[in-house]
Amino acid sequence: MAGTGIGARVTRKEDFRFITGKGNYTDDINRPGQAHAYFLRSPHAHAKIRKIDTVKAAAMPGVVAIFTGADIEADKVGGLICGWMIHSKDGSPMKAGAHPALAVGKVRYVGDHVAVVIAESLAEARDAAEAIVVDYEPLKPVVDLASATKKGSPVIHDAAPDNQVYDWHLGDEAAVKAAFKKAKHITKIDLVNNRLVPNAMEPRAAIGDYNPGEEAFTLYTTSQNPHVARLVLSAFIGIAPEHKLRVIAPDVGGGFGSKIFIYAEETICVWAAKKVGRPVKWVADRTEEFLAIAHGRDHLTHAEMAIDENGRILGLHVKTRANLGAYLSTFASSVPTYLYVPLLSGQYNIPAIYGEVEAVYTNTAPVDAYRGAGRPEATFVIERLMEVAARELGMDPAAFRKKNFIKSFPHQTPVIMCYDTGDYNASLVKAMEIHDVKGFARRKRESAKAGKLRGLGYSAYIEACGIAPSAAVGSLGAGVGLWESAEVRVNPVGTVEVLTGSHSHGQGHETTFAQLVAGRLGIPIENVAIVHGDTDKVQMGMGTYGSRSGAVGMSAIVKALDKIEAKAKKVASFVLEASEADIDFKDGKFSVKGTDKSIDFASVALQAYVAHKFTGEQLEPGLKEGAFYDPTNFTFPSGVHIAEVEIDPETGVTTIAKWTAVDDFGVIINPMIVEGQVHGGIAQGIGQALLEGAVYDANGQLLTASYMDYAMPRADDLPSFRVDHTTTPCPSNPLGIKGCGEAGAIAAPAAVMNAVTDALGHENIAMPATPQAVWHAAQAGLARAAE
Amino acid sequence: MPKVSMTVNGKRVSADVEGRTLLVQFLREHQRLTGTHVGCDTSQCGACVVHVDGKAIKACTTLALSCEGANVTTIEGLANGTELHPMQAAFREHHGLQCGFCTPGMIMAAIDMVNRLGYDLSEDTIRHELEGNICRCTGYHNIVKAIQAGAAAMGGLKVAAE
Repeated sequence: MAGTGIGARVTRKEDFRFITGKGNYTDDINRPGQAHAYFLRSPHAHAKIRKIDTVKAAAMPGVVAIFTGADIEADKVGGLICGWMIHSKDGSPMKAGAHPALAVGKVRYVGDHVAVVIAESLAEARDAAEAIVVDYEPLKPVVDLASATKKGSPVIHDAAPDNQVYDWHLGDEAAVKAAFKKAKHITKIDLVNNRLVPNAMEPRAAIGDYNPGEEAFTLYTTSQNPHVARLVLSAFIGIAPEHKLRVIAPDVGGGFGSKIFIYAEETICVWAAKKVGRPVKWVADRTEEFLAIAHGRDHLTHAEMAIDENGRILGLHVKTRANLGAYLSTFASSVPTYLYVPLLSGQYNIPAIYGEVEAVYTNTAPVDAYRGAGRPEATFVIERLMEVAARELGMDPAAFRKKNFIKSFPHQTPVIMCYDTGDYNASLVKAMEIHDVKGFARRKRESAKAGKLRGLGYSAYIEACGIAPSAAVGSLGAGVGLWESAEVRVNPVGTVEVLTGSHSHGQGHETTFAQLVAGRLGIPIENVAIVHGDTDKVQMGMGTYGSRSGAVGMSAIVKALDKIEAKAKKVASFVLEASEADIDFKDGKFSVKGTDKSIDFASVALQAYVAHKFTGEQLEPGLKEGAFYDPTNFTFPSGVHIAEVEIDPETGVTTIAKWTAVDDFGVIINPMIVEGQVHGGIAQGIGQALLEGAVYDANGQLLTASYMDYAMPRADDLPSFRVDHTTTPCPSNPLGIKGCGEAGAIAAPAAVMNAVTDALGHENIAMPATPQAVWHAAQAGLARAAE
Repeated sequence: MPKVSMTVNGKRVSADVEGRTLLVQFLREHQRLTGTHVGCDTSQCGACVVHVDGKAIKACTTLALSCEGANVTTIEGLANGTELHPMQAAFREHHGLQCGFCTPGMIMAAIDMVNRLGYDLSEDTIRHELEGNICRCTGYHNIVKAIQAGAAAMGGLKVAAE
């Protein structure tokens, strides 16, 4: 498609600065007179702090100040919060232990913040931190997720004496029991959803700056949602009131969820800036990121599916134990509950579903949302079950899925969600055709000739994006609303600034949002600037996560543009001396119906500001409108991914031989950007399935704390992907957008593991299916076949 | 503190540095060339790749003092005003970047790849050669395409110049 409007492959406006080294990331910013912060972190997973001796360290060269938990307490700095209340089965609220920004009395994971050294240079701060003497009394750590709540386990938080955060459930237990009684076949699986480290390529960073003249703070930070950071730092942590705290999230080098949360480090930078009277800058090194950023996933699940004699699903029972780490991170509680169990219905008509989730503390880094957040875990459960069930029933996995697909919409699942639209069969059929599933048997034979095992796996995923409406999520325990804001400012010369509460950290909003605005107003895309990431410019917003910026953020812009058009029509009616009802707006021109009288958008903008053609009683001057948009429902992107793998049983190496994705994201603004999102998501999903895993030893030491130990997907681990689409427009927002940011990461792990188990001929392997694990599984499979 | 002098993007520069000052710190902090990034501390991610005397190196594990007298090119030294280097243009054209953080290192590594291996690079070659550069956003799909196209464009320019 030519042009720059909706549907066009417009190259990105933001790229010039990134490809020329002119990006402006937090670490690129330096404030006059700034000092550098370095955090002394706990080397123990679990220990009492008897004493911290900073005397020698404080006398080291360049040291400005050293602070510990005692200083935080003395200044009454509030603790970090978890913003989603979950209630257990018995109605009791979740048990949230205190989470001070610097440890008070106790450390609870390796990497926990013990003290901060502020010095003239980072090197001096680091040197001084080494001279701090901490007298620890090591305690037995709780590391193993499966046994964390066993009687006699060490207690991590007094508030949770059995290390259980909550024991939650959703669905109709009795209905599920009845369904299992009627079942002809029951498929059971046990799954590990491995712990991941998000690993955005830009490590977190923060600069706190205090202006004593105005008693005002500025925080530069690597955030996906600067307004939420400001809200939490003000209302809960209490460092500064909102009108005296400006939060700027400039260019941010990837987030994937991990930069949603409000962490100890930025809290300390803001607070310490006032204490020391200088800007305080902190930049994480990669190992700090491994140790202390919020990790993702980490579930143990037992799942059972009841199926009748015709191959139709009757019911689903899922029991999950979720590791939330040592403290509750900002949205940790919501991820294995409301972002997980409501997605277990997948694309299928399942009359009865019951999900139970026990969330526990362990002496490991906090766990929170990571790309997909709950939805990859749910998809992994249902899509592994579908594949295993089909194999047990001797049915073709695609046919088994087709038989159970939801075919009419809206569809109310037994677990909250009301799917608005979709055509699951269309995506599956298209994916199978593109993938040449028919040719798989031949390809498998060819692989076998070469001594290789070939497998094919499906993943028919659904996700729920644009988490909303606010009233609904509020009733489920959310501490915030999940709307979005937009303000459209038309300048007198007809150029436009759009202020959005969404935040772009790789998604390309400066391009896609501008496409929408330019197309709607009929102006060149160069004349549109997208402004985001600064709480002094954008009044309020909820930020970017959960694939919400298109469906929610752009909808807010549409709402503001509606108001701009309405006001501009009024201006045009005065200029053209016609009735407002007779004004048409098309292709950037206002014209009077049935005449050749017209005026272009820029001229109307000028007239709005010079205000010569109307009086103040008739019309307010100016052309600037704002809007808040609260969705009426979640959106439900869906699709089918097909993974084809080839395994070398001699080395255990799994090669992704072929990958096909057919996604239904509703209306697509920029296919180039959407495909990029899909590629990246698939890569992260393949990473989870084959490579990545955060590993703690029995003492709670993180063994995978660098890129030497944690296997990030690299270019030669991955294939090129075949990405295509089907489209059912989303009926609940004005653009018909469903969202695309997380789809790949949600779909991919199940597709890979379904393919790997297909190749191996048995199910006895867990993620990550590393060459070592695959080699063992392949050898076991071969031995079994030989018997 | 010892003094180090080198040529960065065609300009003679010098500064007093600590012995432990890394090239990337010298570039970012002393020269304010913040296009070169630090993504890890184990020489794995490649966000810090620059060219020293025409060869790609990782500036996060190179001491500034070891570059005395060297000719250094960073991402800021590639474009001629608004006229992009063909590899930069290819990254934009093929959507070879999302968050942009790994991009400078990717582009510097890609140009080095072309310098060593020529203008006609296969997908396999590019994927193998990118071993030292990590991207978390793109799944590499479009980076591979961009490098292939950028390499061809560099070849085209050379032919045109001859």
